[in-house]
Amino acid sequence: MTATSDREQMAYVTAQAADARINVELDTGDMTLNIGPQHPATHGTLRIACRLDGEQVVVAEPIMGYMHRGYEKLCEVRTYPQCTTLINRIDWLGSFANEVPFILAAERLMEVEAPPRAQWIRTILFELSRIANLALFLGDMGVQIGALTPVFFAFRDRERVLNQIEEVTGGRFHPNFDRIGGLKDDIPKGWIDETRSVMTKMRTFCDEMEDLLVGNEIFQARCRGVGVIPGDVAMGHGLSGANLRASGIDWDLRRDANPGLAWDQIDWRVWTHPDGDSFARYWVRLQETREATRIVDQLLDGIPSGPIMAKVPRIIKVPAGEAYVSTENPLGEMGYYIVSKGDLGPFRVKIRTPSFNNISVVPWVMKGVYVPDVITILGSLYFILGDIDR
Amino acid sequence: MDEEQSSEETSAPDEKRENLLAELSENLGEMLIDSYLRPHEDLWLRVRIENWQDAVKIAKAAGFTYFGFLSAIDWDIAPDGRYENTEFDGGLVEEDDDPVELDTSTGYAGGDSRFQLLAQLNSLDRQMGLILKADLGDNLVVDTIRDVFPGADWHERETHEMFGIVFRGHPTLHPLYLPTEFEGHPLRKDFPLLARQVKPWPGVVDIEEIPEHLEAQLEAEVMAAFEAEGGEV
Repeated sequence: MTATSDREQMAYVTAQAADARINVELDTGDMTLNIGPQHPATHGTLRIACRLDGEQVVVAEPIMGYMHRGYEKLCEVRTYPQCTTLINRIDWLGSFANEVPFILAAERLMEVEAPPRAQWIRTILFELSRIANLALFLGDMGVQIGALTPVFFAFRDRERVLNQIEEVTGGRFHPNFDRIGGLKDDIPKGWIDETRSVMTKMRTFCDEMEDLLVGNEIFQARCRGVGVIPGDVAMGHGLSGANLRASGIDWDLRRDANPGLAWDQIDWRVWTHPDGDSFARYWVRLQETREATRIVDQLLDGIPSGPIMAKVPRIIKVPAGEAYVSTENPLGEMGYYIVSKGDLGPFRVKIRTPSFNNISVVPWVMKGVYVPDVITILGSLYFILGDIDR
Repeated sequence: MDEEQSSEETSAPDEKRENLLAELSENLGEMLIDSYLRPHEDLWLRVRIENWQDAVKIAKAAGFTYFGFLSAIDWDIAPDGRYENTEFDGGLVEEDDDPVELDTSTGYAGGDSRFQLLAQLNSLDRQMGLILKADLGDNLVVDTIRDVFPGADWHERETHEMFGIVFRGHPTLHPLYLPTEFEGHPLRKDFPLLARQVKPWPGVVDIEEIPEHLEAQLEAEVMAAFEAEGGEV
């Protein structure tokens, strides 16, 4: 055969193979492929046991528990201020944001309200954790499809945000800064201007990511139309955060169920995308990071003066009652259901983490996808393992 | 309806949630045992355990289509308390002159049994959350709601292994977090937290003593600050 007819030959062979499959029922057999526990796409130690038929996933079952630390049980033997140390370590990339709903739930039971200045600084730190957390996602998603450059940009620029958090709280990852009734300390001198310049840099970072990935042909080919989650499935599984908004559902707890922070006093918008695929989830998170920098800018302009701590007793006892407070964390709806019996510590804490619900959709969404797409879908769902296992 | 809400004089009545309560009480009818409303915060409904699945369906039909979480509460008092009386931790509470009085009730909307099922649902249209409770009898069996909310699948598995509650009709009730051969249900109050019994609690034993010559000075400073603030706690 001549070289020119190579293509014809290829077509012939393919057709033969296709015929063979139909006629002979070529048995591809079942194969089990374990993705993880030590796979970079799993952000920790999550194992996805996939049963494959050829290249397609028949059943995908996430297996977790490699990092279960029993925080709900441990919280029961600690006092309220001691609990925040644990809670920091649930979603370790957005630690400050974890503390806020717990503290708000305790404040609701104590009928204490933090002074306005504390609320504003809380909101600023909350949004800074969101930027630090999502910046890593924006770069990391590139790694999942083989683009190594973005993640270095992400680590470089995230460091700037972490520095700002560190300057206020003293901790880069685990601030343990929020207190019942307010904050531990005020912000240092000159911090506002520095943060403003960091926010400008983060906007540049978002533009870079947009140029590098969103417009990239390979990125689009790998993400568009992959892992589509319709709105009603997302709602039934309790997906939250950008995963829900990327399915076209306009629901953001910052706007719709504001538990008392400063979001309702500034001008910002919620981003949604109708597609529900991996690309939409990336796009929504990109816009959210940008919006968060705008939120921080506005908040920095209007921090009210006043005390940063309300009057609370030295030994904190929370009156008997129950409260559920959830906030829109970087990963989604993070909530704490606290049952108090009037003791120094909570009687029962149910921690509703976003990643647990977000990952529960995996068996549904993975059915029938190809193996390489498993990685992009996992990456785009974006979970932190500490947030699943607690 | 509960008497508590009339004693809340701080804020305007929460019409949104009162209307919801009226609507749901009508739809639930006999299934509803008790309810509790914290104005502008949350609404608790306690339903009959036999009607758990129906109650969730009715709530879903009333617009609560977003699944929050499902879990349980063990209302027993832990036999070891908060492990403050172990040989290492003795003395943690001695500076607390006000003894703690534990509330003996079983939460909002009441409860008659040791274990209580708990589920939280959200309505996006109403912008409200709803908390459903149900008393589990002695046999700890309840119908699954994973057909109503597929997200409940994993929550039920977690509740099963942590509390030993059986969800009738759930096909895969094997452990989610714990090893397969694990015995016991860790979130039950009578399950001992061994780590606290065998190892000193660092929060107590690592306290640095304040040097004696500084103690009086510190005390004076604290008192001065305290009085400057008006002397009220």
